[in-house]
Amino acid sequence: MFRNQYDTDVTTWSPQGRLFQVEYAMEAVKQGSAAIGLRSKTHVVLASVNKAQSELSSHQKKIFKVDHHIGVAIAGLTADGRVLSRYMRSECINYSYTYESPLPVGRLVVQLADKAQVCTQRSWKRPYGVGLLVAGLDESGAHLYYNCPSGNYFEYQAFAIGSRSQAAKTYMERRFEGFVSSTREDLLKDALFALRETLQGEKLKSSICTVAVVGVGEEFHILDNETVQGLIDAFEIVGEETPAPEEAAPAADEPAAADQGAPADEGAAPMDI
Amino acid sequence: MGTSKNSAYAYQIVGGWDRLASLNTWGYPYVTGTSVIGIKYKDGILMTADMGGSYGSTLRYKSVERMKPVGKHSLLGASGEISDFQEILSYLDELILYDNMWDDGNSLGPKEVHNYLTRVMYNRRNKFNPLWNSLVLGGIKNGQKYLGTVNMIGVHFEDNHVATGFGNHLARPILRDEWHENLSFEEGVKLLEKCMRVLLYRDRSAVNKLQIAKITEEGVTLSKPYALKTFWQFSAFQNPTVGAEGSW
Repeated sequence: MFRNQYDTDVTTWSPQGRLFQVEYAMEAVKQGSAAIGLRSKTHVVLASVNKAQSELSSHQKKIFKVDHHIGVAIAGLTADGRVLSRYMRSECINYSYTYESPLPVGRLVVQLADKAQVCTQRSWKRPYGVGLLVAGLDESGAHLYYNCPSGNYFEYQAFAIGSRSQAAKTYMERRFEGFVSSTREDLLKDALFALRETLQGEKLKSSICTVAVVGVGEEFHILDNETVQGLIDAFEIVGEETPAPEEAAPAADEPAAADQGAPADEGAAPMDI
Repeated sequence: MGTSKNSAYAYQIVGGWDRLASLNTWGYPYVTGTSVIGIKYKDGILMTADMGGSYGSTLRYKSVERMKPVGKHSLLGASGEISDFQEILSYLDELILYDNMWDDGNSLGPKEVHNYLTRVMYNRRNKFNPLWNSLVLGGIKNGQKYLGTVNMIGVHFEDNHVATGFGNHLARPILRDEWHENLSFEEGVKLLEKCMRVLLYRDRSAVNKLQIAKITEEGVTLSKPYALKTFWQFSAFQNPTVGAEGSW
């Protein structure tokens, strides 16, 4: 009768040592539209794909400013994401009230992870169904963290979450070693290229994505549509074009026609993560 | 009400502290320390305070340390109620311990500690139960020198030289004349001793046993207690009423 007798509440282990409710929550992150983040020594860029629920509706916001020096991109249940970003905002503002200085990013992430962890250990609660990419700058430099519904958190050089994020990860895995010394503009470029990988051939336009930056001398802010479209045009990112490999532009011309089918193939395979 | 353009806010305690204290059953200081002086100098911050602890006007204790290091980057000096100072130190110990327990390479600097103290002081005054102190907080972190003060009601500011209590009246005019950014350690100590000597002559709660504390990028060093050389044979000291019209 029941497909699985160990998944009705968060606190029950399966004999294999798994907590199904927690795993389901992590699945919810994969259902959401993609969000990516990458960082250099001085900057962090977040980018997300905006998908409208229906033809008639607008899309939901996926990137939030938490404080002057911190922002998040979310994938999964947007409602949960907003609750968590409100919590983060309040932690930041309380810290700056007491110390008149910005809350270190790593500390905020630990607090956030602790909050998520509690939900995996209380019978009357459910885990948050949202994954957060936390981008921030503090006295120890630029940081990018991924926060998971399970209460785990990891620091990354570059990461992607949400549907078809594997394609973006694959793109960034090929190039991340250069990110540390990237300029702000190169990071933005890589962010848009990586984001395009998740689109499965759909054309990348500023209307379906959000891009945000934080860095040295630059508060966290979401770039406006015109700026993003300007970047897309400048990098000539078109859906049909080849995914820029190691050396991006130069190779683009010739193989473009030959590789027509390639992006779709590459995107399709890693779809089921 | 009272919204005329140039109305200034001022407050006074009707009937004085005495009445306020009795109204709320909150306390009064018992053992107090007098002035603290702090200055920026070339490599960091110098601070000085004497070691007297007064029980009312009785010079009751002679070896009270009123300057303590706080974490790696800060130095705190206090005048006023000694036990309240000890309470503040216990808060700060907890604060620094908690900060260290993150073990993440971040640490609270003098600016953060000063702001924290301001919040504590103002919060307690709002409960009509102030911590009866004036504090001087100095420090240096990442090459950035910091010197500030906060008092029992939460008034706070930063400056290149600060003083509490009588020091405000007797030491700061000297500092305004003689302080400059590039004071060497020796010059700084000399300047502080000059101030402390004036205070010793004119502040009846001052005692001739003092310490000088130094904080640089390398950390805090607190000097051994020592006494200043004094000369009491000035004619103005021998007959103080001469030329002071109206005194007896």
